[in-house]
Amino acid sequence: MSSLTMPFEKALELFEPVMGFEVHVELNTATKMFSWAPNEYGDEPNTNVTPLCLGLPGTLPVVNKQAVTSSIRLGLALGCHIAESCRFARKHYFYPDLPKAYQISQFDEPIASEGHVEIELETGEVFQIPIERAHMEEDAGKLTHLGGSGRIQGATASLVDYNRAGVPLVEIVTKPIEGTGALAPQVAREYVSTIRDMVKALGISDARMDQGSIRCDANISLRPRGATKLGTRTETKNINSLKSVERAIRYEIQRQAAILAAGGSIMQETRNWHEDSGRTTAGRPKSDADDYRYMPEPDLVPILTSRERVAELAQTVPESPVLRRRRLKQEWGFTELEFRDVVNGGLVDVVEHTVEAGASPAAARKWWTGEITRVANERGVEVETLQVTPADVAGLEALIEAGTITDRIARQVLAGVLDGEGTPQQVVDARQLAVVSDDSALLEAIDSALSSQPDVLAKIQSGKVQAAGAIIGAVMKAMHGQADAKRVRELILERASQS
Amino acid sequence: MSDITRDEVAHLAELARIDLSDAEISSLTDQLGQILQAVAQVNEVATPDVPATSHPIPLTNVFREDIPGETLTTEQVFGGAPDVEEHMFRVPSILGDAPATKQGE
Repeated sequence: MSSLTMPFEKALELFEPVMGFEVHVELNTATKMFSWAPNEYGDEPNTNVTPLCLGLPGTLPVVNKQAVTSSIRLGLALGCHIAESCRFARKHYFYPDLPKAYQISQFDEPIASEGHVEIELETGEVFQIPIERAHMEEDAGKLTHLGGSGRIQGATASLVDYNRAGVPLVEIVTKPIEGTGALAPQVAREYVSTIRDMVKALGISDARMDQGSIRCDANISLRPRGATKLGTRTETKNINSLKSVERAIRYEIQRQAAILAAGGSIMQETRNWHEDSGRTTAGRPKSDADDYRYMPEPDLVPILTSRERVAELAQTVPESPVLRRRRLKQEWGFTELEFRDVVNGGLVDVVEHTVEAGASPAAARKWWTGEITRVANERGVEVETLQVTPADVAGLEALIEAGTITDRIARQVLAGVLDGEGTPQQVVDARQLAVVSDDSALLEAIDSALSSQPDVLAKIQSGKVQAAGAIIGAVMKAMHGQADAKRVRELILERASQS
Repeated sequence: MSDITRDEVAHLAELARIDLSDAEISSLTDQLGQILQAVAQVNEVATPDVPATSHPIPLTNVFREDIPGETLTTEQVFGGAPDVEEHMFRVPSILGDAPATKQGE
């Protein structure tokens, strides 16, 4: 196995990349696709399990109505045709992640087909990503491999948790994506990002790549510039962040180009992405006709969707991620760079909600991309897992505007909110952080400072008002920062003119 | 005309992880061939205006509301399990002698 790569620019001079994606979206229904077992991420292993989830004899699947509704809405958001009639199929394989030895999926009659998704790169280029189909299926259980490196290769045994077995999935399959050239890695990332934003806006998935509720398999092949015949493709798996999508595509282009340029040929295989090394390694060989012995699922009847139902659900599909971003960027009046910070941080939703809760767009952006992101990075977690809501941020900003707290104190208040001490107002009350607006307390501190620095007082009285800065500093220190510097300055000048 | 070859039967046996002797492959090839021919008679009477049958029962849209129900207790879940570790089913090494047929989900 060679790990030689060709410089990216050179690879693109010689070859044209063609990509294809399979994105799996876990739906956030209350129960699984075919059983009433709860669909909950992160519970104790094998607690959300019914006889059906274990593939026990005599059990029968029943379709979750909500999962079908969510799938149709997603299909519509993808610009797909929703099938008048569709059905499920069994996909057979022996693997302990599904104990019944087949996965219920859709094969020849998917619920949605023939759509397209518009994406827009940071640099403004727009691409139409052609969608072949979106079909419903069930997720498999989670395996933990023991022994060896924790991978299936070399494992001595594996542990199986069936909590995820049967969770509703929609698999979105693109057609070959051509003509992206050197932009292929960015297009890949933006496509997955757009799907994430789409399912978030639809409210049908937790849309957390880090938790596997959105998973991406990236197919890529190279062909010599000017050729029309598709090259041999690889399918890279285990990509669990947007950044990795971009890196994995870039790496595969460089790796395949080195092999092809040296006269070698690409193995049609799956490849595993390694976040740490930024490389892919060989998985298993794959043919176009993997033999899954698909057959119509005899335990389930067809699903018919009336055109009235489609029209009704179409009303519930929110504006597309691209249109929404364009609209918000304009409404918020952000520069290109400012808006990019918000989008790349996955902060569009929280900024929007913060603005809705009453904060100015600039303030909302400042808090989310600044201090809050800094804390998230420091703690090594995603912003959305932090204990701060858009309402908290709007509340914090309102306290600043009302003069109750200063900018500096606001950081302490935020820290309190993040540590679970309550809303900003509750933190201010509990920690007694409100600005001292009682003039007598301020005057006391001012008098004390002036009397200990008589030379400064003399300077101020002789007209050098900038000398007041030293007194302001002393007073702010005495007040532990909980004073409005502007008011302190006014009072100092007033005092100096009186004495 | 439907027919099935020895190679196809051997391939299916491998996919299904069934170890068949040469004699069994021969007899199953004959038997499956007869079944396929019998079923193929449908093609002789079916005209293009007859829709393909998805399901023998003429029902559609059988749904369940998205409401959680009872789940198994730990004792029930692992009652029939040969090996358990940390509340998970422990299974032998997956990549063994047989070729892996793990799919892409």
